Amino acid sequence: MQPVFSVRDVVYSYANTATPALDHVSLTIHAGQRVAIMGANGSGKSTLLRILDGLYFPQSGHVDAFGHTLDEHHLLDESFAHTFRRRVAFVFQNPDIQLFNPTVFDEVAFGPLQMRWDKETIINRVNATLDQLEISHLRDRAPHRLSGGEKKRVAIASVLVLDPEVILLDEPTAALDPRSQSRVVDFLVEWGNGKKTVIVATHDLDTLSEIADDAYIFQNGKIVAHDTPQALLANQQLLRDANLIHEHVHHHDGQVHAHPHIHFGHHHHDTQ
Amino acid sequence: MAGEAHHGKKRGTFVQRTIDGLAETMERSLYAEQLSEQAGVIQRLDPRVKFIGTLSIIMVAAAARNLTVIGAVAVVAIGLAALSHIPLKSFVNVWIGMAIFSGLIATPAIFITPGPTLVAIPVLEWVITSTGLRSAAFLLLRSEVSITLSFLLIMTTPWMHVLKSMRSIGIPALVVVILGMTYRYIFMMLQTARDMFEARQSRIVGRLDDADARRLATATVGVLLSKSMQLSNDVYLAMQSRGYRGDVYTLDTFQLGGRDIIAIIIISVIVVTGFVFGSGILG
Repeated sequence: MQPVFSVRDVVYSYANTATPALDHVSLTIHAGQRVAIMGANGSGKSTLLRILDGLYFPQSGHVDAFGHTLDEHHLLDESFAHTFRRRVAFVFQNPDIQLFNPTVFDEVAFGPLQMRWDKETIINRVNATLDQLEISHLRDRAPHRLSGGEKKRVAIASVLVLDPEVILLDEPTAALDPRSQSRVVDFLVEWGNGKKTVIVATHDLDTLSEIADDAYIFQNGKIVAHDTPQALLANQQLLRDANLIHEHVHHHDGQVHAHPHIHFGHHHHDTQ
Repeated sequence: MAGEAHHGKKRGTFVQRTIDGLAETMERSLYAEQLSEQAGVIQRLDPRVKFIGTLSIIMVAAAARNLTVIGAVAVVAIGLAALSHIPLKSFVNVWIGMAIFSGLIATPAIFITPGPTLVAIPVLEWVITSTGLRSAAFLLLRSEVSITLSFLLIMTTPWMHVLKSMRSIGIPALVVVILGMTYRYIFMMLQTARDMFEARQSRIVGRLDDADARRLATATVGVLLSKSMQLSNDVYLAMQSRGYRGDVYTLDTFQLGGRDIIAIIIISVIVVTGFVFGSGILG
Protein backbone atom coordinates (compact mmCIF):
# COMPACT_ATOMS: atom_id res chain seq x y z
CA MET A 1 0.00 0.00 0.00
CA GLN A 2 1.35 3.42 -1.01
CA PRO A 3 2.22 5.64 1.94
CA VAL A 4 0.56 9.03 2.38
CA PHE A 5 3.90 10.59 3.34
CA SER A 6 7.39 9.25 2.93
CA VAL A 7 10.09 11.42 4.53
CA ARG A 8 13.68 10.40 3.85
CA ASP A 9 16.74 11.87 5.55
CA VAL A 10 15.28 15.39 5.74
CA VAL A 11 17.37 18.28 7.07
CA TYR A 12 15.83 21.73 7.65
CA SER A 13 17.52 24.75 9.22
CA TYR A 14 16.06 28.19 9.89
CA ALA A 15 18.11 31.17 8.79
CA ASN A 16 20.76 32.39 11.26
CA THR A 17 20.56 29.30 13.49
CA ALA A 18 23.49 26.99 14.13
CA THR A 19 21.56 23.77 14.82
CA PRO A 20 19.06 22.35 12.35
CA ALA A 21 15.37 22.23 13.33
CA LEU A 22 15.17 18.81 11.64
CA ASP A 23 18.31 16.70 11.53
CA HIS A 24 18.23 13.71 9.12
CA VAL A 25 14.63 12.75 9.86
CA SER A 26 13.03 9.75 8.14
CA LEU A 27 9.53 8.39 8.66
CA THR A 28 6.63 6.88 6.73
CA ILE A 29 2.93 7.48 7.35
CA HIS A 30 0.21 5.32 5.80
CA ALA A 31 -3.42 6.11 5.05
CA GLY A 32 -5.74 5.76 8.04
CA GLN A 33 -2.93 6.03 10.59
CA ARG A 34 -3.28 8.31 13.60
CA VAL A 35 0.21 9.52 14.36
CA ALA A 36 1.46 11.67 17.24
CA ILE A 37 4.65 13.68 16.86
CA MET A 38 5.80 14.34 20.41
CA GLY A 39 8.56 16.47 21.77
CA ALA A 40 9.33 19.47 23.94
CA ASN A 41 9.19 23.02 22.56
CA GLY A 42 11.77 23.52 19.83
CA SER A 43 12.17 19.80 19.14
CA GLY A 44 11.19 20.21 15.47
CA LYS A 45 7.65 18.86 15.44
CA SER A 46 5.99 22.05 14.10
CA THR A 47 8.66 22.32 11.41
CA LEU A 48 7.94 18.75 10.32
CA LEU A 49 4.21 19.51 10.00
CA ARG A 50 4.96 22.56 7.83
CA ILE A 51 7.17 20.43 5.60
CA LEU A 52 4.44 17.78 5.32
CA ASP A 53 2.00 20.55 4.29
CA GLY A 54 4.35 21.81 1.59
CA LEU A 55 4.88 25.16 3.29
CA TYR A 56 8.59 24.67 4.04
CA PHE A 57 11.01 22.75 1.85
CA PRO A 58 14.00 20.87 3.28
CA GLN A 59 17.57 21.84 2.43
CA SER A 60 18.36 18.15 1.89
CA GLY A 61 16.48 14.88 1.90
CA HIS A 62 13.27 13.96 0.12
CA VAL A 63 9.55 14.12 0.86
CA ASP A 64 6.89 12.19 -1.08
CA ALA A 65 3.17 12.81 -0.72
CA PHE A 66 0.75 10.26 -2.20
CA GLY A 67 3.62 8.84 -4.27
CA HIS A 68 4.65 12.20 -5.77
CA THR A 69 7.61 14.35 -4.86
CA LEU A 70 6.52 17.21 -2.62
CA ASP A 71 8.73 20.17 -3.43
CA GLU A 72 8.50 23.80 -4.49
CA HIS A 73 8.73 22.92 -8.16
CA HIS A 74 5.79 20.49 -8.10
CA LEU A 75 3.65 22.85 -6.03
CA LEU A 76 4.03 25.49 -8.73
CA ASP A 77 1.98 23.18 -10.94
CA GLU A 78 -1.62 24.31 -10.48
CA SER A 79 -3.16 20.88 -10.92
CA PHE A 80 -0.81 19.23 -8.41
CA ALA A 81 -1.17 22.09 -5.88
CA HIS A 82 -4.96 22.03 -6.24
CA THR A 83 -5.14 18.28 -5.59
CA PHE A 84 -2.61 18.36 -2.74
CA ARG A 85 -4.32 21.26 -0.92
CA ARG A 86 -7.64 19.50 -1.30
CA ARG A 87 -6.29 16.26 0.23
CA VAL A 88 -4.10 17.66 3.03
CA ALA A 89 -5.31 20.13 5.68
CA PHE A 90 -3.34 21.93 8.37
CA VAL A 91 -4.69 23.37 11.62
CA PHE A 92 -2.16 25.85 13.01
CA GLN A 93 -1.37 26.08 16.71
CA ASN A 94 -2.40 29.74 16.90
CA PRO A 95 -5.93 30.06 15.47
CA ASP A 96 -5.48 33.84 15.08
CA ILE A 97 -3.06 33.09 12.24
CA GLN A 98 -5.60 30.93 10.49
CA LEU A 99 -8.66 33.12 10.98
CA PHE A 100 -8.13 36.09 8.70
CA ASN A 101 -11.60 36.53 7.19
CA PRO A 102 -14.32 38.99 8.27
CA THR A 103 -16.87 36.43 9.45
CA VAL A 104 -16.90 32.78 10.47
CA PHE A 105 -18.91 31.92 7.34
CA ASP A 106 -16.35 33.65 5.10
CA GLU A 107 -13.56 31.88 6.97
CA VAL A 108 -14.98 28.43 6.31
CA ALA A 109 -15.79 29.39 2.71
CA PHE A 110 -12.22 30.54 1.99
CA GLY A 111 -10.86 27.07 1.08
CA PRO A 112 -13.79 26.09 -1.19
CA LEU A 113 -13.51 29.48 -2.95
CA GLN A 114 -9.86 28.77 -3.75
CA MET A 115 -10.98 25.39 -5.15
CA ARG A 116 -13.43 27.35 -7.39
CA TRP A 117 -16.45 25.31 -6.34
CA ASP A 118 -19.79 26.73 -7.48
CA LYS A 119 -21.63 29.09 -5.15
CA GLU A 120 -24.44 26.69 -4.21
CA THR A 121 -22.00 23.88 -3.36
CA ILE A 122 -19.91 26.24 -1.25
CA ILE A 123 -22.90 27.50 0.73
CA ASN A 124 -24.20 23.95 1.32
CA ARG A 125 -20.78 22.58 2.34
CA VAL A 126 -20.05 25.51 4.64
CA ASN A 127 -23.43 25.20 6.36
CA ALA A 128 -22.99 21.43 6.79
CA THR A 129 -19.51 21.90 8.26
CA LEU A 130 -20.71 24.60 10.66
CA ASP A 131 -23.43 22.18 11.81
CA GLN A 132 -20.92 19.34 12.18
CA LEU A 133 -18.69 21.44 14.46
CA GLU A 134 -21.74 22.88 16.28
CA ILE A 135 -20.80 26.46 15.45
CA SER A 136 -23.70 27.47 13.18
CA HIS A 137 -24.69 30.13 15.73
CA LEU A 138 -21.32 31.83 15.15
CA ARG A 139 -21.61 32.09 11.35
CA ASP A 140 -21.93 35.90 11.19
CA ARG A 141 -19.52 36.66 14.04
CA ALA A 142 -16.05 38.13 13.50
CA PRO A 143 -13.51 35.35 14.24
CA HIS A 144 -11.29 37.65 16.31
CA ARG A 145 -14.15 38.24 18.76
CA LEU A 146 -14.52 34.54 19.62
CA SER A 147 -13.23 32.63 22.64
CA GLY A 148 -10.15 30.39 22.34
CA GLY A 149 -12.23 27.20 22.11
CA GLU A 150 -14.58 28.69 19.52
CA LYS A 151 -11.63 29.91 17.44
CA LYS A 152 -10.13 26.43 17.46
CA ARG A 153 -13.40 24.88 16.28
CA VAL A 154 -13.70 27.49 13.50
CA ALA A 155 -10.09 26.78 12.49
CA ILE A 156 -10.87 23.06 12.29
CA ALA A 157 -14.09 23.76 10.34
CA SER A 158 -12.16 25.95 7.91
CA VAL A 159 -10.08 22.95 6.79
CA LEU A 160 -12.66 20.16 7.24
CA VAL A 161 -14.97 21.85 4.75
CA LEU A 162 -12.73 20.53 1.95
CA ASP A 163 -13.19 16.96 3.25
CA PRO A 164 -9.44 16.28 3.30
CA GLU A 165 -7.88 12.83 3.51
CA VAL A 166 -5.13 13.96 5.88
CA ILE A 167 -5.31 16.46 8.70
CA LEU A 168 -2.20 17.92 10.35
CA LEU A 169 -2.75 19.55 13.73
CA ASP A 170 -0.15 21.56 15.61
CA GLU A 171 -0.75 21.43 19.39
CA PRO A 172 -4.55 21.25 18.97
CA THR A 173 -5.31 21.36 22.69
CA ALA A 174 -2.76 24.01 23.71
CA ALA A 175 -4.14 26.96 25.71
CA LEU A 176 -7.69 25.60 25.69
CA ASP A 177 -9.93 25.21 28.73
CA PRO A 178 -10.73 21.59 29.74
CA ARG A 179 -14.13 21.54 28.02
CA SER A 180 -12.71 22.88 24.75
CA GLN A 181 -9.80 20.39 24.98
CA SER A 182 -12.28 17.57 25.43
CA ARG A 183 -14.28 18.68 22.36
CA VAL A 184 -11.13 18.72 20.20
CA VAL A 185 -10.06 15.28 21.45
CA ASP A 186 -13.56 13.89 20.84
CA PHE A 187 -13.40 15.23 17.31
CA LEU A 188 -9.98 13.64 16.68
CA VAL A 189 -11.20 10.29 18.02
CA GLU A 190 -14.35 10.26 15.90
CA TRP A 191 -13.24 11.96 12.68
CA GLY A 192 -13.17 9.75 9.60
CA ASN A 193 -14.02 6.44 11.30
CA GLY A 194 -10.45 5.22 10.87
CA LYS A 195 -10.36 6.01 7.14
CA LYS A 196 -8.68 9.39 7.46
CA THR A 197 -5.08 10.09 8.38
CA VAL A 198 -4.45 12.23 11.46
CA ILE A 199 -1.00 13.64 12.31
CA VAL A 200 -0.83 15.56 15.57
CA ALA A 201 2.14 17.46 16.98
CA THR A 202 1.74 17.53 20.75
CA HIS A 203 3.40 17.36 24.11
CA ASP A 204 0.13 16.58 25.85
CA LEU A 205 0.67 13.05 27.17
CA ASP A 206 -2.75 13.04 28.80
CA THR A 207 -4.65 12.52 25.54
CA LEU A 208 -1.99 10.65 23.59
CA SER A 209 -3.48 7.15 23.80
CA GLU A 210 -6.88 8.47 22.70
CA ILE A 211 -5.77 10.39 19.63
CA ALA A 212 -2.94 8.22 18.25
CA ASP A 213 -2.05 4.62 17.58
CA ASP A 214 1.52 5.37 16.54
CA ALA A 215 3.92 7.93 18.04
CA TYR A 216 7.33 9.45 17.44
CA ILE A 217 9.37 11.31 20.02
CA PHE A 218 11.54 14.16 18.74
CA GLN A 219 14.47 15.73 20.52
CA ASN A 220 16.71 18.44 19.07
CA GLY A 221 15.38 17.79 15.58
CA LYS A 222 15.97 14.03 15.65
CA ILE A 223 13.64 11.07 16.12
CA VAL A 224 14.70 9.40 19.36
CA ALA A 225 11.86 6.88 19.64
CA HIS A 226 9.05 5.37 17.56
CA ASP A 227 6.50 2.98 19.08
CA THR A 228 2.91 2.71 20.20
CA PRO A 229 1.75 5.43 22.62
CA GLN A 230 1.34 2.84 25.37
CA ALA A 231 4.92 1.59 25.00
CA LEU A 232 6.34 5.13 24.95
CA LEU A 233 4.30 6.25 27.95
CA ALA A 234 5.62 3.29 29.94
CA ASN A 235 9.21 4.41 29.39
CA GLN A 236 9.58 7.20 31.94
CA GLN A 237 13.33 7.56 31.46
CA LEU A 238 12.77 8.24 27.76
CA LEU A 239 10.02 10.78 28.51
CA ARG A 240 12.26 12.47 31.09
CA ASP A 241 15.19 12.65 28.65
CA ALA A 242 12.89 14.21 26.01
CA ASN A 243 11.65 16.82 28.53
CA LEU A 244 8.11 15.50 28.33
CA ILE A 245 7.96 14.83 32.09
CA HIS A 246 9.89 16.38 34.97
CA GLU A 247 10.45 16.14 38.71
CA HIS A 248 7.66 18.00 40.45
CA VAL A 249 7.68 19.15 44.08
CA HIS A 250 4.33 19.34 45.82
CA HIS A 251 2.24 18.74 48.93
CA HIS A 252 0.57 15.35 49.09
CA ASP A 253 -0.86 13.47 52.04
CA GLY A 254 0.61 16.05 54.42
CA GLN A 255 4.15 15.70 53.05
CA VAL A 256 6.30 17.71 50.68
CA HIS A 257 7.99 15.43 48.17
CA ALA A 258 9.03 15.14 44.52
CA HIS A 259 8.24 12.65 41.80
CA PRO A 260 7.92 12.66 38.02
CA HIS A 261 5.17 15.02 36.92
CA ILE A 262 3.11 13.13 34.41
CA HIS A 263 -0.46 13.81 33.35
CA PHE A 264 -1.86 10.48 32.28
CA GLY A 265 -3.61 7.95 34.49
CA HIS A 266 -3.15 8.12 38.24
CA HIS A 267 0.08 8.12 40.16
CA HIS A 268 0.73 6.17 43.35
CA HIS A 269 3.46 6.45 45.92
CA ASP A 270 4.40 5.26 49.35
CA THR A 271 3.42 7.65 52.14
CA GLN A 272 5.26 5.90 54.96
CA MET B 1 -10.23 43.29 25.74
CA ALA B 2 -11.49 46.61 24.51
CA GLY B 3 -13.71 46.96 27.51
CA GLU B 4 -10.62 47.10 29.74
CA ALA B 5 -9.49 50.41 28.32
CA HIS B 6 -8.44 52.94 30.91
CA HIS B 7 -10.93 55.55 31.94
CA GLY B 8 -10.64 58.66 34.02
CA LYS B 9 -7.73 61.01 34.36
CA LYS B 10 -5.10 60.70 31.63
CA ARG B 11 -1.51 60.69 32.83
CA GLY B 12 1.82 59.05 32.18
CA THR B 13 4.22 59.08 29.30
CA PHE B 14 3.54 59.81 25.69
CA VAL B 15 3.68 56.07 24.94
CA GLN B 16 1.21 55.22 27.66
CA ARG B 17 -1.17 57.94 26.53
CA THR B 18 -0.84 56.65 22.97
CA ILE B 19 -1.54 53.09 24.00
CA ASP B 20 -4.51 54.23 26.07
CA GLY B 21 -5.77 56.13 23.06
CA LEU B 22 -5.46 53.04 20.90
CA ALA B 23 -7.29 51.00 23.51
CA GLU B 24 -10.10 53.53 23.48
CA THR B 25 -10.25 53.21 19.71
CA MET B 26 -10.72 49.49 20.15
CA GLU B 27 -13.43 50.14 22.72
CA ARG B 28 -15.26 52.51 20.38
CA SER B 29 -15.06 49.90 17.64
CA LEU B 30 -16.69 47.36 19.94
CA TYR B 31 -19.39 49.91 20.83
CA ALA B 32 -20.04 50.52 17.12
CA GLU B 33 -20.36 46.78 16.54
CA GLN B 34 -22.87 46.51 19.38
CA LEU B 35 -24.93 49.36 17.91
CA SER B 36 -24.79 47.79 14.46
CA GLU B 37 -26.39 44.62 15.88
CA GLN B 38 -29.43 46.46 17.27
CA ALA B 39 -32.82 46.05 15.64
CA GLY B 40 -33.06 49.58 14.21
CA VAL B 41 -34.47 50.71 10.88
CA ILE B 42 -31.12 51.03 9.10
CA GLN B 43 -29.52 48.00 10.73
CA ARG B 44 -32.11 45.74 9.07
CA LEU B 45 -31.25 46.88 5.55
CA ASP B 46 -28.93 45.13 3.11
CA PRO B 47 -25.44 46.67 3.54
CA ARG B 48 -25.19 47.40 -0.20
CA VAL B 49 -28.40 49.45 -0.07
CA LYS B 50 -27.05 51.39 2.92
CA PHE B 51 -23.64 51.94 1.32
CA ILE B 52 -24.89 53.09 -2.08
CA GLY B 53 -27.78 55.04 -0.49
CA THR B 54 -25.39 56.91 1.82
CA LEU B 55 -23.08 57.78 -1.07
CA SER B 56 -26.03 59.00 -3.17
CA ILE B 57 -27.45 61.23 -0.43
CA ILE B 58 -24.01 62.65 0.33
CA MET B 59 -23.75 63.54 -3.37
CA VAL B 60 -27.13 65.30 -3.17
CA ALA B 61 -25.88 67.40 -0.24
CA ALA B 62 -22.59 68.11 -2.00
CA ALA B 63 -24.29 69.21 -5.22
CA ALA B 64 -27.12 71.21 -3.65
CA ARG B 65 -27.05 74.99 -4.14
CA ASN B 66 -29.83 75.51 -1.67
CA LEU B 67 -29.19 75.62 2.09
CA THR B 68 -32.74 74.45 2.83
CA VAL B 69 -32.17 71.24 0.87
CA ILE B 70 -28.91 70.55 2.72
CA GLY B 71 -30.67 71.28 6.02
CA ALA B 72 -33.49 68.91 5.04
CA VAL B 73 -30.95 66.15 4.36
CA ALA B 74 -29.45 66.80 7.82
CA VAL B 75 -32.88 66.46 9.40
CA VAL B 76 -33.44 63.16 7.52
CA ALA B 77 -30.06 61.86 8.75
CA ILE B 78 -30.81 62.76 12.38
CA GLY B 79 -34.28 61.22 12.11
CA LEU B 80 -32.79 57.98 10.75
CA ALA B 81 -30.26 57.94 13.59
CA ALA B 82 -33.10 58.18 16.11
CA LEU B 83 -35.04 55.40 14.36
CA SER B 84 -31.88 53.25 14.46
CA HIS B 85 -31.31 53.69 18.21
CA ILE B 86 -28.07 55.63 17.71
CA PRO B 87 -27.76 58.11 20.62
CA LEU B 88 -27.34 61.66 19.33
CA LYS B 89 -24.60 62.26 21.91
CA SER B 90 -22.39 59.82 19.98
CA PHE B 91 -22.47 62.32 17.08
CA VAL B 92 -21.36 65.30 19.17
CA ASN B 93 -17.59 64.68 19.03
CA VAL B 94 -17.81 64.03 15.29
CA TRP B 95 -19.74 67.26 14.71
CA ILE B 96 -17.35 69.32 16.85
CA GLY B 97 -14.30 67.84 15.10
CA MET B 98 -15.75 68.51 11.67
CA ALA B 99 -16.86 72.05 12.66
CA ILE B 100 -13.30 72.90 13.76
CA PHE B 101 -11.75 71.34 10.64
CA SER B 102 -14.11 72.85 8.08
CA GLY B 103 -14.37 76.09 10.09
CA LEU B 104 -10.63 76.65 9.67
CA ILE B 105 -10.98 76.21 5.92
CA ALA B 106 -14.20 78.26 5.64
CA THR B 107 -13.23 81.25 7.78
CA PRO B 108 -11.07 83.03 5.16
CA ALA B 109 -13.94 82.76 2.65
CA ILE B 110 -16.08 84.98 4.90
CA PHE B 111 -13.66 87.86 4.35
CA ILE B 112 -12.21 87.31 0.90
CA THR B 113 -15.28 86.39 -1.12
CA PRO B 114 -16.47 89.48 -3.03
CA GLY B 115 -20.06 90.56 -2.45
CA PRO B 116 -22.35 92.93 -0.58
CA THR B 117 -20.88 94.02 2.77
CA LEU B 118 -22.69 92.65 5.78
CA VAL B 119 -20.40 93.79 8.63
CA ALA B 120 -17.24 95.87 8.59
CA ILE B 121 -14.67 95.13 11.30
CA PRO B 122 -13.13 98.36 12.56
CA VAL B 123 -9.35 98.79 13.00
CA LEU B 124 -8.58 95.69 10.87
CA GLU B 125 -10.70 97.12 8.07
CA TRP B 126 -11.91 93.64 7.16
CA VAL B 127 -15.41 93.17 5.77
CA ILE B 128 -17.69 90.19 6.09
CA THR B 129 -19.67 89.80 2.88
CA SER B 130 -23.04 88.12 2.69
CA THR B 131 -21.73 86.02 -0.23
CA GLY B 132 -18.71 84.96 1.86
CA LEU B 133 -20.89 84.06 4.81
CA ARG B 134 -23.17 82.04 2.56
CA SER B 135 -20.17 80.18 1.02
CA ALA B 136 -18.84 79.36 4.50
CA ALA B 137 -22.28 78.15 5.60
CA PHE B 138 -22.48 75.89 2.53
CA LEU B 139 -19.06 74.37 3.24
CA LEU B 140 -19.77 73.86 6.92
CA LEU B 141 -23.22 72.39 6.44
CA ARG B 142 -22.20 70.11 3.58
CA SER B 143 -19.29 68.78 5.68
CA GLU B 144 -21.48 68.20 8.70
CA VAL B 145 -24.15 66.41 6.67
CA SER B 146 -21.56 64.21 4.96
CA ILE B 147 -19.88 63.23 8.21
CA THR B 148 -23.26 62.60 9.87
CA LEU B 149 -24.35 60.24 7.10
CA SER B 150 -20.98 58.46 6.99
CA PHE B 151 -20.98 58.06 10.76
CA LEU B 152 -24.54 56.75 10.64
CA LEU B 153 -23.48 54.12 8.10
CA ILE B 154 -20.52 53.00 10.24
CA MET B 155 -22.58 52.86 13.42
CA THR B 156 -25.36 50.79 11.84
CA THR B 157 -23.27 48.42 9.72
CA PRO B 158 -20.50 46.02 10.77
CA TRP B 159 -17.30 47.35 9.22
CA MET B 160 -16.74 44.10 7.37
CA HIS B 161 -20.13 44.45 5.69
CA VAL B 162 -19.21 47.99 4.65
CA LEU B 163 -16.04 46.61 3.06
CA LYS B 164 -17.93 43.85 1.27
CA SER B 165 -20.44 46.43 0.02
CA MET B 166 -17.57 48.25 -1.67
CA ARG B 167 -17.48 45.35 -4.13
CA SER B 168 -20.96 46.40 -5.30
CA ILE B 169 -19.58 49.65 -6.69
CA GLY B 170 -16.73 47.88 -8.45
CA ILE B 171 -13.85 48.32 -6.00
CA PRO B 172 -11.45 45.42 -6.79
CA ALA B 173 -11.68 42.34 -4.55
CA LEU B 174 -7.95 42.54 -3.77
CA VAL B 175 -8.34 46.04 -2.31
CA VAL B 176 -11.34 45.00 -0.22
CA VAL B 177 -9.56 41.88 1.08
CA ILE B 178 -6.44 43.88 2.02
CA LEU B 179 -8.58 46.45 3.86
CA GLY B 180 -10.42 43.65 5.66
CA MET B 181 -7.24 41.90 6.75
CA THR B 182 -5.74 45.19 7.90
CA TYR B 183 -8.79 45.80 10.06
CA ARG B 184 -8.66 42.20 11.30
CA TYR B 185 -5.02 42.24 12.40
CA ILE B 186 -4.61 45.82 13.56
CA PHE B 187 -6.56 44.94 16.70
CA MET B 188 -4.30 42.00 17.37
CA MET B 189 -1.22 44.22 17.06
CA LEU B 190 -2.83 46.91 19.22
CA GLN B 191 -3.49 44.32 21.91
CA THR B 192 0.10 43.06 21.62
CA ALA B 193 1.42 46.63 21.94
CA ARG B 194 -0.67 47.21 25.03
CA ASP B 195 0.42 43.93 26.61
CA MET B 196 4.07 44.74 25.96
CA PHE B 197 3.75 48.20 27.42
CA GLU B 198 1.91 46.98 30.51
CA ALA B 199 4.45 44.19 31.06
CA ARG B 200 7.23 46.78 30.98
CA GLN B 201 5.27 49.23 33.11
CA SER B 202 4.86 46.59 35.83
CA ARG B 203 8.66 46.31 36.11
CA ILE B 204 9.42 50.04 36.13
CA VAL B 205 9.79 51.90 39.43
CA GLY B 206 9.26 55.66 39.36
CA ARG B 207 9.14 57.76 36.25
CA LEU B 208 11.38 57.28 33.24
CA ASP B 209 13.36 60.25 32.01
CA ASP B 210 12.69 61.42 28.46
CA ALA B 211 15.68 59.62 26.92
CA ASP B 212 14.70 56.28 28.50
CA ALA B 213 11.07 56.79 27.48
CA ARG B 214 12.21 57.37 23.88
CA ARG B 215 14.39 54.25 23.98
CA LEU B 216 11.44 52.25 25.36
CA ALA B 217 9.14 53.54 22.63
CA THR B 218 11.72 52.75 19.93
CA ALA B 219 12.28 49.24 21.28
CA THR B 220 8.51 48.63 21.40
CA VAL B 221 8.12 49.75 17.80
CA GLY B 222 11.01 47.49 16.77
CA VAL B 223 9.55 44.43 18.49
CA LEU B 224 6.10 45.17 17.09
CA LEU B 225 7.51 45.46 13.58
CA SER B 226 9.28 42.14 14.00
CA LYS B 227 6.13 40.49 15.35
CA SER B 228 4.01 41.92 12.53
CA MET B 229 6.49 40.55 9.96
CA GLN B 230 6.28 37.11 11.58
CA LEU B 231 2.50 37.36 11.73
CA SER B 232 2.16 38.32 8.07
CA ASN B 233 4.44 35.44 7.08
CA ASP B 234 2.40 32.95 9.12
CA VAL B 235 -0.92 34.27 7.79
CA TYR B 236 0.39 33.89 4.25
CA LEU B 237 1.37 30.27 4.99
CA ALA B 238 -2.09 29.62 6.44
CA MET B 239 -3.66 31.05 3.27
CA GLN B 240 -1.38 28.95 1.06
CA SER B 241 -2.24 25.86 3.07
CA ARG B 242 -5.90 26.32 2.12
CA GLY B 243 -5.19 26.71 -1.57
CA TYR B 244 -4.47 30.45 -1.97
CA ARG B 245 -2.33 31.05 -5.05
CA GLY B 246 -2.46 34.82 -5.41
CA ASP B 247 -5.98 35.27 -6.82
CA VAL B 248 -8.74 36.60 -4.59
CA TYR B 249 -12.22 35.10 -4.72
CA THR B 250 -15.12 36.32 -2.60
CA LEU B 251 -18.61 35.03 -1.98
CA ASP B 252 -21.38 37.58 -2.09
CA THR B 253 -24.00 36.29 0.33
CA PHE B 254 -26.10 39.45 0.68
CA GLN B 255 -29.72 39.13 -0.39
CA LEU B 256 -32.18 41.93 -1.08
CA GLY B 257 -35.47 41.65 0.80
CA GLY B 258 -38.81 43.49 0.68
CA ARG B 259 -37.71 46.24 3.07
CA ASP B 260 -34.58 46.80 0.95
CA ILE B 261 -36.75 47.43 -2.12
CA ILE B 262 -38.82 49.93 -0.12
CA ALA B 263 -35.59 51.58 1.10
CA ILE B 264 -34.30 51.83 -2.48
CA ILE B 265 -37.54 53.55 -3.54
CA ILE B 266 -37.41 56.00 -0.60
CA ILE B 267 -33.72 56.78 -1.20
CA SER B 268 -34.41 57.29 -4.90
CA VAL B 269 -37.21 59.76 -4.07
CA ILE B 270 -34.93 61.64 -1.66
CA VAL B 271 -32.11 61.75 -4.21
CA VAL B 272 -34.29 62.91 -7.13
CA THR B 273 -36.14 65.47 -4.98
CA GLY B 274 -32.86 66.70 -3.52
CA PHE B 275 -31.28 67.11 -6.95
CA VAL B 276 -34.36 68.86 -8.39
CA PHE B 277 -34.78 71.35 -5.54
CA GLY B 278 -31.07 71.62 -4.77
CA SER B 279 -29.99 72.38 -8.33
CA GLY B 280 -32.46 75.21 -8.69
CA ILE B 281 -34.09 73.68 -11.79
CA LEU B 282 -37.45 74.81 -10.45
CA GLY B 283 -36.17 78.31 -10.13
